Amino acid sequence: MMLAEKQTMDLIYQRPESLSDAITHYCPGCTHGIAHRLVAEVIDEMGLREKTIGVAPVGCSVFAYNYFNTDYVEAAHGRAPAMATGIKRVLPDRTVYTYQGDGDLASIGMAEIMHVAARGENITVIFINNAIYGMTGGQMAPTTLPGMRTTSSPNGRDVELSGYPIRMSEMLATMDGAGYIVRRSLHNPANIRKAKKAIRLAFETQEHGLGFSMVELLSSCPTNWKVTPNEALTFIADHMVPVFPLDDFKVHPAIANLKV
Amino acid sequence: MPIKGWIEVNDLYCKGCELCVAACPQNVLALDLDQLTPKGYHPARLITAGCTGCNICAIVCPDAAITVYREARQKNKVAINA
Repeated sequence: MMLAEKQTMDLIYQRPESLSDAITHYCPGCTHGIAHRLVAEVIDEMGLREKTIGVAPVGCSVFAYNYFNTDYVEAAHGRAPAMATGIKRVLPDRTVYTYQGDGDLASIGMAEIMHVAARGENITVIFINNAIYGMTGGQMAPTTLPGMRTTSSPNGRDVELSGYPIRMSEMLATMDGAGYIVRRSLHNPANIRKAKKAIRLAFETQEHGLGFSMVELLSSCPTNWKVTPNEALTFIADHMVPVFPLDDFKVHPAIANLKV
Repeated sequence: MPIKGWIEVNDLYCKGCELCVAACPQNVLALDLDQLTPKGYHPARLITAGCTGCNICAIVCPDAAITVYREARQKNKVAINA
């Protein structure tokens, strides 16, 4: 396109400033990238870039600190909410959020996440649920669907032997300290837009001091599900959404009427 | 006439996952099989006219590789001046 012609065009979208120039190590089509981008867009829109501290987990998103133009710390496996608690209590004027996967949050970090919600710590958690352990090679996670094949359940998850998937959002919504708990999906443009609004409201919950906020995002893992990126999105819509319904589980009344 | 749009794909970030190709409502995106990115993937490209700058490719792109432009709306500017 000629330069003169481009000057008559409006810029509609460009890479958000809160994302660094680094190339992510995520597999092609992994929706971790979409979640990163949404968080970065929300931080830009709210003007929080200079006062945000992220807490990276262990898992595929362990290198999240390389991908954001904000302050970041790396926590021990599952302990991101505990670390975020400390940061928020020492520096209460900062925006503190953790970015965790299902192995980190729902398995080894189960105690930390439950207690952080029970204490009503004023932090935000972005929870990526892709029903599998991605980084270690596709083992069964606490969120793996019944009958789903993984490298550690090659005949499909047997619920008699290894139990049923854990629904974190429903469980955390019973906590009095929680201010905003919702589940969204990243499998099509409409749901990605809804997910971005939910992330915005979660950060607003923290800015208004209304307690613990979490957005659970149903995410894909094309490599370990052994499907193409587009088939993985279909798998979310067909198989994950019926098990993990998309809903608002707890919304503080002050946030419910907020227009963003 | 529909609004004219334009997208640019940054080859540094594009991993050829084809999410934008499947999501494009106008079907004007495809992988360029004659080119390789520095990471060794075939990058997505605008292959034909018809892009409306609807931004859906940028919404689904996991690597924030797409920049979207759209024709400036002349009608609105005239209305504001008048």
